[in-house]
Amino acid sequence: MSTDMLAPAGSPTEARPMDLLRFATAGSVDDGKSTLIGRLLYDTKSLFTDQLAAVEAVSAARGDEYTNLALLTDGLRAEREQGITIDVAYRYFATPRRKFIIADTPGHTQYTRNMVTGASTADLTLILVDARKGLVEQSRRHAFLCSLLRVPHLVLCVNKMDLVDYSQEVFEQIADEFTAFAAKLDAPDLTVVPISALHGDNIATRSENMPWYEGPSLLHHLEHVHIASDRNLVDVRFPVQYVIRPQSTTVTDYRGYAGQVASGVLKPGDEVMVLPSGFTSRITSIDTADGPLDEAFPPMSVTVRLADEIDVSRGDMICRPHNAPTVSQDIEAMVCWMDETRPLEVGGRYVVKHTTRSARAIVRELHYRLDVNTLHRDESSTALALNEIGRIRLRTTVPLLVDDYHRNRTTGGFVIIDEATNRTVGAGMVIQRD
Amino acid sequence: MSSGSAAYQVSQLDELEAESIFVMREVVAEMERPVLLFSGGKDSIVMLRLAQKAFAPANIPFPVMHVDTGHNFPEVLDYRDHRVTELNLHLIVASVPDALAAGTVRESGDGMRNRIQTPVLLDAVEKHRFDALFGGARRDEEKARAKERVFSFRDEFGQWDPKNQRPELWSLYNGRHHPGESIRVFPLSNWTELDIWHYIAREQVPLPSIYYAHDREVVERDGMFYAVNEFFQPRAGEQPFTATVRYRTVGDASCTAAVRSDADTVEKVIEEVAATRITERGATRGDDRVSEAAMEDRKREGYF
Repeated sequence: MSTDMLAPAGSPTEARPMDLLRFATAGSVDDGKSTLIGRLLYDTKSLFTDQLAAVEAVSAARGDEYTNLALLTDGLRAEREQGITIDVAYRYFATPRRKFIIADTPGHTQYTRNMVTGASTADLTLILVDARKGLVEQSRRHAFLCSLLRVPHLVLCVNKMDLVDYSQEVFEQIADEFTAFAAKLDAPDLTVVPISALHGDNIATRSENMPWYEGPSLLHHLEHVHIASDRNLVDVRFPVQYVIRPQSTTVTDYRGYAGQVASGVLKPGDEVMVLPSGFTSRITSIDTADGPLDEAFPPMSVTVRLADEIDVSRGDMICRPHNAPTVSQDIEAMVCWMDETRPLEVGGRYVVKHTTRSARAIVRELHYRLDVNTLHRDESSTALALNEIGRIRLRTTVPLLVDDYHRNRTTGGFVIIDEATNRTVGAGMVIQRD
Repeated sequence: MSSGSAAYQVSQLDELEAESIFVMREVVAEMERPVLLFSGGKDSIVMLRLAQKAFAPANIPFPVMHVDTGHNFPEVLDYRDHRVTELNLHLIVASVPDALAAGTVRESGDGMRNRIQTPVLLDAVEKHRFDALFGGARRDEEKARAKERVFSFRDEFGQWDPKNQRPELWSLYNGRHHPGESIRVFPLSNWTELDIWHYIAREQVPLPSIYYAHDREVVERDGMFYAVNEFFQPRAGEQPFTATVRYRTVGDASCTAAVRSDADTVEKVIEEVAATRITERGATRGDDRVSEAAMEDRKREGYF
């Protein structure tokens, strides 16, 4: 293996603080996803010699012809025994520019649940296809889920280019087909890169085997893709997590509302409205343990103090009087069902957790089940089984304070919990338009 | 939190801090009886700093618990007691020696107390009816940990079932549980060893002195340097010698090894960690070398 060009992992430069990019990886079985992740870790020097030695020993024992980097990411006993990946695994690497968190999701057909989970926090999704096979049903499914979860950036890696003689024609055919499909999805920013994860072509550096490719290497793209403007800085949304009231003789009469800014920019002096009560007040101070701030924006965790003594508690939302979320007990949403034991059914009763607020809810309507391969809407369906996606209407016991998921992933996303088992059984994305 | 730029961007360290604070506040808001597991190691020390920040200007609203194997580095115990006094914390000690004396656990054949910590921890959880336990584990540490949730559900036996974990989406954490069950919460899930050190440097967090280079009498065993003390005696043929070392992790003194190092300041440690090619657990933990799945097996039994 090559490439000693990069600085040691994670040494930040003084001039520009490192930022963070979270990405999810998706691929079918044998697309080489684990090899690609192993390669990224190796080429950024994020792989340690004891990890590599362990993988080499296992590879040799199994009679693999080359060091099987896939073994790096399969951590559980059953996975190594069965050669499969069971669950979302999180991996970390860094370059001087950026730190990366990979949500590595298994590629099996049935694992929509894992892909949705990984994509929910991702800035970018990386989909792999095998150059010899081209797009398969799962590639389209992955692209659809990426669009459903509103992951802002999408990268298609056409892998195993070494096995098609680094053919420009093969690459362009796949790239064109995928681009046409993605256009139908209202998909975000798309980049297509021809790679060989096994040999390192176009991973950390541009490949000499594909002089016809003029785009960036995968790592260069990951390091430079612009994510700062993906955050919503317009709509002020501050879900109150916890009320800080010190029981202390030194700090008296302090009442602060702790939370993480979901979107928008808050400043002392701003007029604000608290939902669901609708009372208005003014921000007097935005506090942190390191002192007060002039402004707060996502993803900061801060404590907000208000001028008036109004009743504010966990689950309330601080917003602006003329820019507020919808307050409603009737929620239209796309849901992905995640429970293998019981399907979602009309009339089913659940708990919904949305921002810092929980409510009991009943499924009033299932409009349709969506076939994620054909995008066909089956309006005759009466239930959603594991890994199925559909559009529903919920009625909740208390109002939720929601935005359309397209506009705000934090105030538009919710999870569905089974009250009897306490398991998380579904993920929902609020729809406020047709 | 250091100030953001005009472009409304935060550094990755600020983002990690904000996420950890969010997680800790969720637990205190939703759970009945949280506790923070405090070993005196760097990760639990950082976790304690984050707890201070999450609830300021109020005090940390939960106790801390030390699962004491009896094999301690004296520097670490001193540090623990100093912090407890300084931060006005309520400290609970779950003692392996007490459990051995009472006969509720028995010493294992190899003398390591890693496995017998688990029943002692679980007994303390039951006695105090804790329903949420903050742990300092990070996903970059170990393969099994890479697949564990931030909110990790444990049944009434404290067991982790890796095949039956709750999906964790966005920042919506599901801490619901029945009586007797509990949640292990890992606010540092997304931090790496290097992030921890950058944060210690930035926040000027004091650490037990053994994290920095010092001279110590050691023996070499299995390629690792073990300090000679009352819990670790040289075997026949092992010749103790004095070396300049530091500890990358702090655990039970009978199975935690030191690494050769001249890094006597936090800046030098950061340089060293950035350049190192061996994982911290691989370099220093006899307990993880038992098998490929040693950590997974311990976690299934209710380990941290």
